[in-house]
Amino acid sequence: MKISTLFYTIRQGFANIFRNKLFSLASIATISACLFLFGLFYAIVMNFQHIVRTAEEGVSVSVFFHYEGEIPDDCKRTHQEQELPTPERMEAIGQLIAARVEVSDVVFVSDDEAWASFGKALFGDNYQDGYTENPLAGEDSYHVYLSDVSMQSALVSWLESIPEVRKVNYSSVTANTLSGVNLLIAYVSVGIIIVLLAVSIFLISNTVAVGISVRKEEISIMKYIGATDFFVRAPFVLEGMLIGLIGAAIPLGVVYSLYNYALNYVTERFEVLSQFLNFLSVEEIFNVLTPVSLVVGVGIGFMGSISTVRKHLKV
Amino acid sequence: MTKKELLRQKREEFIEKNGIICLDNVSKNYSVGAAALNNVSLSIKPGEFVFIVGDSGSGKSTMIKLLLRELTASSGSVYVMGHDLGKLSHRKIPQFRRNLGVVFQDFRLLKDRNVYENVAFAQRIVETPVSEIRRNVPSILATVGLAGKYKSKPRQLSGGEQQRVALARALVNKPSILLADEPTGNLDPNNSWEIMKLLEEINESGTTVLVVTHNSEIVNAMRKRVITLKKGVIVSDEEEGGYIDED
Repeated sequence: MKISTLFYTIRQGFANIFRNKLFSLASIATISACLFLFGLFYAIVMNFQHIVRTAEEGVSVSVFFHYEGEIPDDCKRTHQEQELPTPERMEAIGQLIAARVEVSDVVFVSDDEAWASFGKALFGDNYQDGYTENPLAGEDSYHVYLSDVSMQSALVSWLESIPEVRKVNYSSVTANTLSGVNLLIAYVSVGIIIVLLAVSIFLISNTVAVGISVRKEEISIMKYIGATDFFVRAPFVLEGMLIGLIGAAIPLGVVYSLYNYALNYVTERFEVLSQFLNFLSVEEIFNVLTPVSLVVGVGIGFMGSISTVRKHLKV
Repeated sequence: MTKKELLRQKREEFIEKNGIICLDNVSKNYSVGAAALNNVSLSIKPGEFVFIVGDSGSGKSTMIKLLLRELTASSGSVYVMGHDLGKLSHRKIPQFRRNLGVVFQDFRLLKDRNVYENVAFAQRIVETPVSEIRRNVPSILATVGLAGKYKSKPRQLSGGEQQRVALARALVNKPSILLADEPTGNLDPNNSWEIMKLLEEINESGTTVLVVTHNSEIVNAMRKRVITLKKGVIVSDEEEGGYIDED
């Protein structure tokens, strides 16, 4: 293909948008509407997931070890039967816990740190008044943070099987609730994506059907004159992709402004809420949404125009 | 001699022997109804001016569609410029059509492009250099008497002017054959004669012209070869013939 033909094709692709203003506007509006809903839904779902994930990151399992002089919780076990961990063994257990896939972080809390934190929370800064010894002596522990709360029960079973472990504190209700919410979000996401896709396909196929009647005569004239399939197809496909690009750029701009506004509004008006709920920044949302929307928009335009032109190439 | 040159030589020999257009026992059946063409055979020599006449349903349009390779024959062979159209692959159809000029009753101009662009379009398809397009298009527009209207859109032109644009577009690539399907069907008598004069001039310059029409006045006045079709069969083929009135 000659360079002049290539430039001509590109020029025609742009010119076609203005030649069929109504069709172009209808196509852009259809793609924009679909991608606007997609963008809005994406921002909401991502924030839900982020909030749940943040909550999950705070869920920890506390692991306590046997120590000398403890009161046994099991009458059958005597002090002699209990395996007391050496500092080296404690460290090795910490490394074993950290190596597990469901674990995101492990923090060692000594009995003194535990008393300082607990005492301060309970009695304030003068918590040591009246205590000569640490009442939590021997209560060294690991706080284990999970990367996936649904795997908490598996982790707890494993931890309980370690002979040096005295008890494992965890909340199965919190873990189950968070896993349930996560699952619900996944189901709702899939459901809404299917509905959105179905609506998009319906709207776009209708727009394409209108496009077919507009283009039918033009394509047949080109073919009668001796235009190759490529020569006929290329400007239409380019036009479709440009329409898709514009159709994707508009809702991106709108969702960007709306999200920014909503974020500022919630942060300023509901300061208390923003202490508990951690929303994603505009950048975090649009780093993914922008390329996805543009690719989807251009893809829809490409597929729509290809199918429109193909039907009329056999002249 | 290369394969391409050999093929061209074979085609030239075929044209010399059988004509630039040759139909050999051609029939065309649509799925419903009687055959549109029934065992039609004819030969048109290079440089001839031929009228194809007949009533509606006689098979005129089917013949044009076969010659354009828009349709393929149900049986028999259609040869145009030495190409056996039954064996022409879909990929080679554009190349074949570039040597044909076509004019339709409804003009079939690109409505959103001006006169210049409509004519230049045919040249862009064959990848003519831009500098040549700039030279050729004004020249052909002058030939059809539309030099001053190159910026006009089709809707701003009369029927006769639109048909001239269609003619200019058909001729700009210097085709060997010009097919005109009812070129005066939408025109008043004055414009019809103007178009026919142009077609005659084009023919005099060496182009084979085939005109499908049912304008008896023009056919009778021009005294050219007339092939008459009736119900898909050739009922007469006369040099310097006239329109056979059914009544």
